Amino acid sequence: MSDVSPREAFIDPLFNNNPIALQVLGICSALAVTTKMSTALVMCAAVVAVTALSNVSISLLRNHIPSSIRIIVQLTVIASLVIITDQVLQAFVYSTAKELSVFVGLIITNCIVMGRAEAFAMQNPPKLALIDGVANGLGYSVVLMAVALFRELLGSGSIFGYTILTPVNQGGWYVPNGLMLLAPAAFFLIGCFIWAVRSWKPEQIEEEFHVGALLELSNEGNLR
Amino acid sequence: MQHSTGYIVGFAVAICLVCALLVATSAVGLKDRQDANKLLDRQTKVLTVAGIMEDGADLSREEITSLFGTAINQKLIDLQTGQPNDEIDVATFDQRAAAKDPATSFEAPENDSKVRRLPNNALVFDVVEDGELKALILPIEGYGLWGTLYGYIALAPDARTIVGITFYEHKETPGLGGEVDNARWKALWPGRLAFNDRGAVSIAVKKGAAGPPADDPYNVDGLSGATITSRGVTALLRFWLGENGFGPYLESYRAQAGV
Repeated sequence: MSDVSPREAFIDPLFNNNPIALQVLGICSALAVTTKMSTALVMCAAVVAVTALSNVSISLLRNHIPSSIRIIVQLTVIASLVIITDQVLQAFVYSTAKELSVFVGLIITNCIVMGRAEAFAMQNPPKLALIDGVANGLGYSVVLMAVALFRELLGSGSIFGYTILTPVNQGGWYVPNGLMLLAPAAFFLIGCFIWAVRSWKPEQIEEEFHVGALLELSNEGNLR
Repeated sequence: MQHSTGYIVGFAVAICLVCALLVATSAVGLKDRQDANKLLDRQTKVLTVAGIMEDGADLSREEITSLFGTAINQKLIDLQTGQPNDEIDVATFDQRAAAKDPATSFEAPENDSKVRRLPNNALVFDVVEDGELKALILPIEGYGLWGTLYGYIALAPDARTIVGITFYEHKETPGLGGEVDNARWKALWPGRLAFNDRGAVSIAVKKGAAGPPADDPYNVDGLSGATITSRGVTALLRFWLGENGFGPYLESYRAQAGV
């Protein structure tokens, strides 16, 4: 893994190997915090900060972490960083932090953070790990902000709280699409996003999956 | 790379210590700021329901604090007797924490709002202008469809007419029950009567549209597509304005003010 150039480490996670679009990680928070762009933005900043700092800390410790307890060490570091992030948000952007409520805490369970710590930071020097962490956070952010843009515009008629399409219940003409404010809408939007990215970069399409293949496997290996 | 058991245990202890130190430092170091934010948040909500501050207006910390200082008088009351309680510091009182702590709360009587415990003391506010009482603000809470709604109701000095209502925290469906925080819906409340001529709590969120306050003083338009939230709002108002909620306080206020 040491043959990764800083440029690749930065560009790859944005589109080629996007954590949400290709790896389909971190979906839960993408559903929960994308009804408004301003909350999504704060969430993105929090995730970028956590992935960057956790990657750097893990990378600095990578030669000292005993491999038998490495997962739990990563988890401890990540959990501490998330708690600190949560405290900072509550101290400086209180109203948004209140709307994010438990979802900041749930960054701990965001697979992107731990995935990068284990897959990248454990094998690479701190500088590359920092770039990788920031880029993965940004890759997550790109999808989150795109989803939030559609949800807020179509669901509430506004962008960052500024009214673009005046909804009927405020005396305008736009009938807000209530579905956009519910969690399933984020699924549809992420689905469309993945579709768009894979039409643009067809090499991301996975090989077709056969149910038969799994059956054969389960017969051979007694997987049940 | 193989490590000895001693190294592994030592490493784990060291990591835990460092992380614990970092977390503790951030929590303690930022506590003052967070507490100030919470207080400011509460003051903003009270000013909004009192109609002194516009919903969503962007005021600085100093402006809010000074507005609150001049216009609002906060006091603690004993919920069961309705009498003021001066023994506890108002500034640090947290009613929600008090309601959770068995030492400072009691079990609520059976109610439709799923309020399980009631705090011994409640934080209420008087809106004062030039030494004259303008409104009484009471905290309210109760179950809607998905979770508890928290808010405030403001009553005119006759302790009967509603001046305003606000819900600052809820988990209702956005666009349906979530419309409890819609400014247009909240604007339907002022002027309606919370109590009828005989002093019984009569305000209700009805299904469909209600008339103007003069013709239909006891009803408010229901939220379309949110029957359970609407019922929840009715239930929580009935509970908190009734004898198990702020009834004793309002009773003693009426006796004192002669209304």
